[in-house]
Amino acid sequence: MFQFIIRRILQTIPVLIGVSIIVFSMMHLVPGDPAQVIAGEGAPQEQIDNIRERLGLNDPLPKQYLDYVTNAVQGDLGTSMRSGRDVSSEIGARFWVTVELAFYSTVLAVFVGLIVGIISATRKYSAIDTTLMLIALFGLSMPNFWLGLMLIQWFAIGIDLPSWVPFFSNTAWFSPSGWGSFSQIVLPVITLGTSSAAIIARMTRSSMLDVIGQDYIRTARAKGVKEQIVIYRHALKNALIPIVTVVGLQFGGLLGGAVLTESVFAVNGMGKLIIDSIQARDFPVVQGTILVASLLFVFVNLVVDVAYRLLNKRIDLD
Amino acid sequence: MSRSNEHIEKPQTAIKPPNPRLKSWKSVFNKLKKNKSAVVGGVLIILLIIIALVGPYLTPYDPLYDQDVTNKLATPSSDHWFGTDNFGRDIFSRVIQGTGLTLMIGFFSILLGATIGIFLGIIAGYYGKRTDSIIMRIMDVLLAFPSILLALTIVTVLGGSMFNVIIAVAISSIPIFARIVRGSTLSVKKLEYIDAMRALGASDSRIIFKHILPNITSPIIVQATLSIATAILSASGLSFLGLGAQPPTPEWGAMLSDGRNYLYNAPHVALFPGLAIVVAVLAFNLLGDGLRDAFDPKTRE
Repeated sequence: MFQFIIRRILQTIPVLIGVSIIVFSMMHLVPGDPAQVIAGEGAPQEQIDNIRERLGLNDPLPKQYLDYVTNAVQGDLGTSMRSGRDVSSEIGARFWVTVELAFYSTVLAVFVGLIVGIISATRKYSAIDTTLMLIALFGLSMPNFWLGLMLIQWFAIGIDLPSWVPFFSNTAWFSPSGWGSFSQIVLPVITLGTSSAAIIARMTRSSMLDVIGQDYIRTARAKGVKEQIVIYRHALKNALIPIVTVVGLQFGGLLGGAVLTESVFAVNGMGKLIIDSIQARDFPVVQGTILVASLLFVFVNLVVDVAYRLLNKRIDLD
Repeated sequence: MSRSNEHIEKPQTAIKPPNPRLKSWKSVFNKLKKNKSAVVGGVLIILLIIIALVGPYLTPYDPLYDQDVTNKLATPSSDHWFGTDNFGRDIFSRVIQGTGLTLMIGFFSILLGATIGIFLGIIAGYYGKRTDSIIMRIMDVLLAFPSILLALTIVTVLGGSMFNVIIAVAISSIPIFARIVRGSTLSVKKLEYIDAMRALGASDSRIIFKHILPNITSPIIVQATLSIATAILSASGLSFLGLGAQPPTPEWGAMLSDGRNYLYNAPHVALFPGLAIVVAVLAFNLLGDGLRDAFDPKTRE
């Protein structure tokens, strides 16, 4: 097991190198002279030369890359062109907001996805199963930014309720923007979590159906084990293994999806930082944020792989 | 083997033996017909294509230039089925006009991404060893970027336009095709008939294109269908962020982006383009699900 973890960590090294090369190249692939782009149109030549010198753009590319990586490893991702602050501190302030958003959304997605998947699998081809899977398909097909806008309209701006409804006169229950309080968190988390919930529900259903069809489940039933125990102890435990991988992949998808969700709800996280910086052509911040988000994704996948292995191992020993 | 020999060996009889590949396509098609989700998805896609081709000639208003400023942000009515937007343009006409754009972006980005991905995957799987590990490590790097972020990176570099969105979405769809095709190639490569072909002296490219590729089409078709759905979502997302199709192009994501400013007084501006995206994505997801079931050997009679 220890060996496996070491090997898996070593495997991420080429990936990290590749990711850093791509992120580094971004600056140089932008059409035109990066120093000119940063200085803006019509900037005096002197200022452009200054920027070029400061960013080391006169050095040969391999040296520039090595400098970039050396600095990045030490936590120095350059300086924001817009605010003049360190890129790492710009990101630092927003990192946890995005991680929180992605984490809560994953929790919601796993919770809803598992419940829906289990209900569907245990009532295969029933009306409930068909309805739930149809809803899941819709959830999967909805652009999350649109869902976000609709949720804002229904539950933040609110719809007036008829007078016979007790306690509430309208449905403006949650806040349409920002991050922090409960009322601000609810809508973005639903927005971001829905498609993952749908994917996990579908995955759980098919994984459960695979397992339920197997001999040892029939044996368990034949022995007279209670149906609930058959489902939760025997079937679910084995059905979970492929689901773990999906959850890991979903977390990465959520990091990406957070860009749109944060933009819709004006959540001040890494995703909004990327978009704002792209619009301001603040490349060091774009580079830094994409690098951090990818590193986070690679790290999460590493953890998931190890968890998968652990789960599998335990079942091998049973 | 010389050409003249080949000619002589050809069967002289007029009756052709049934082509087994054609037969298996027929069985897949028959199963597709019985699959509800495939039928609904397929019909929806055909409808969308018809709307995209014919719709622009039938729309009641010009999607760009019919600006009725006195009647802007009007709610849906018999004159304007989906209401009007902030410039007084007819949203229904704009949604219709956007159908072709959306389908084209989805189709061409996947055509490009899948072609490159299939090529890389087959090369990796067929040649193995160094070639395989180099190609697949590069794919790992592309997969290390969280979904839409890779497309976002590419659009940042290339600049925001619809053409660049196609390129960006295409590149981000390469790794999944490479992975799937590599896996299928590995399993087909082990089969005896490939060894037989090689013993007969067939060239690598002949084996790859004539004997491996035709036998791994089903996972590719399933993945391509599902990928078009994802591509439509990513592309409209990029436009929504202002990095794709630029106004006044009636692209659905860009229209949604206009609509977000009027949620308080005119929620219909954001409602209809979003519904259109849902329908298009749903159609491809349904067809993809149906195809997967139809190709699944477990359910094949």
